[in-house]
Amino acid sequence: MEKENLRLDEIIREENIVFKKTPLLTDKVFSYCPGCGHGVVHRVIMEVIDELGIQSETIGISPVGCSVFAYDFMNIDMQQAAHGRAPAVATGIKRCWPDKYVFTYQGDGDLAAIGTSETIHACNRGEHIAIFFINNGIYGMTGGQMAPTTLPGMKSSTTPYGRDTRLMGNPIKITELVATLPGTYFVTRQSVHTAVNVRKLKKAAKMAFENQKLKKGLSFIEVVSNCNSGWKMSPIQANRWMEENMLPFYPIGDIKINGNFVKRN
Amino acid sequence: MAKIKGAIVIDIERCKGCELCVDACPTDVIGMEKKVNSKGYHYAAMEHPENCTGCVNCALVCPDAVITVYRKKFED
Ligand SMILES: Cc1ncc(C[n+]2csc(CCOP(=O)(O)OP(=O)(O)O)c2C)c(N)n1
Ligand code: SF4
Repeated sequence: MEKENLRLDEIIREENIVFKKTPLLTDKVFSYCPGCGHGVVHRVIMEVIDELGIQSETIGISPVGCSVFAYDFMNIDMQQAAHGRAPAVATGIKRCWPDKYVFTYQGDGDLAAIGTSETIHACNRGEHIAIFFINNGIYGMTGGQMAPTTLPGMKSSTTPYGRDTRLMGNPIKITELVATLPGTYFVTRQSVHTAVNVRKLKKAAKMAFENQKLKKGLSFIEVVSNCNSGWKMSPIQANRWMEENMLPFYPIGDIKINGNFVKRN
Repeated sequence: MAKIKGAIVIDIERCKGCELCVDACPTDVIGMEKKVNSKGYHYAAMEHPENCTGCVNCALVCPDAVITVYRKKFED
């Protein structure tokens, strides 16, 4: 044991660091529940901005929802938008500052319910921005109400017996929907429940920022995530439930790259 | 033979005890401490440091970016 301790002293040294928190996240403790996917997505986006060296050239738009305070956590220029209006605000900023990197960060209630119109029109106009869409299947912040993305049969505080599609309609696959618009250049769906998926999200996020230089259209990245509080599960249970129920309905993978549809088996 | 050894350091005060790192670690290094931090969360800790390879999986899934990972090659 003493030998092990000795080894730890040798390992835990500045020069041996292979991973540490990016300085592009502020020192504020995230306001998210333990195990919530929002924190991972925040970190991945900030790591990409750090690695691309574009901290001073990037402007983010935070939504209404649990991630409303993203501007407190992301150490870049940020603007907060009214509920669902982030793509419209991003459009204005990008058109004033065409050479800045502009992205929105939005939940499914924000992007796919109250903000559906802004989302679809920004995608259709092909604004040269990136949209990060965190899909946890419900309204997290307000207490777990049904969202347009809630799965058929899924329980939420407003569908205590499960979503009845005859009454409430079917969930919207907004990502597949925007992929059909010629304005979108890159459309993908990712998740953050395993280390492999986090790595893939990072690759996608990098592409979304690099695409902005090309000025060929909008990059849309959905991240299927958990809201363990809203789902009333432990974080580990929530990730398992997500894998078994959300991912078959919202399959992970690229849908459109460089403006072309990706063939899927 | 060269051996890769890893270690993690956890920012105890920022850890919310979600246990996702425990689940993500392929070599069962991490466990939850019986003690709690000032917010009342049981925080993650290295239970079997000898197994750590510094693969970074725990840090990648950590929602609060509280894990720093170290890796060193030993020749012996
Ligand atoms: C104009 C307006 N309508 C309604 C609300 C109430 N409201 C706040 S957050 C939210 C939903 C957020 O859900 P989502 O976008 O899925 O984000 P999450 O909290 O799950 O991350 C709603 C309806 C509001 N703040 N403003
Ligand atoms: S309520 Fe849900 S979405 Fe909001 S912070 Fe908690 S787990 Fe995350």
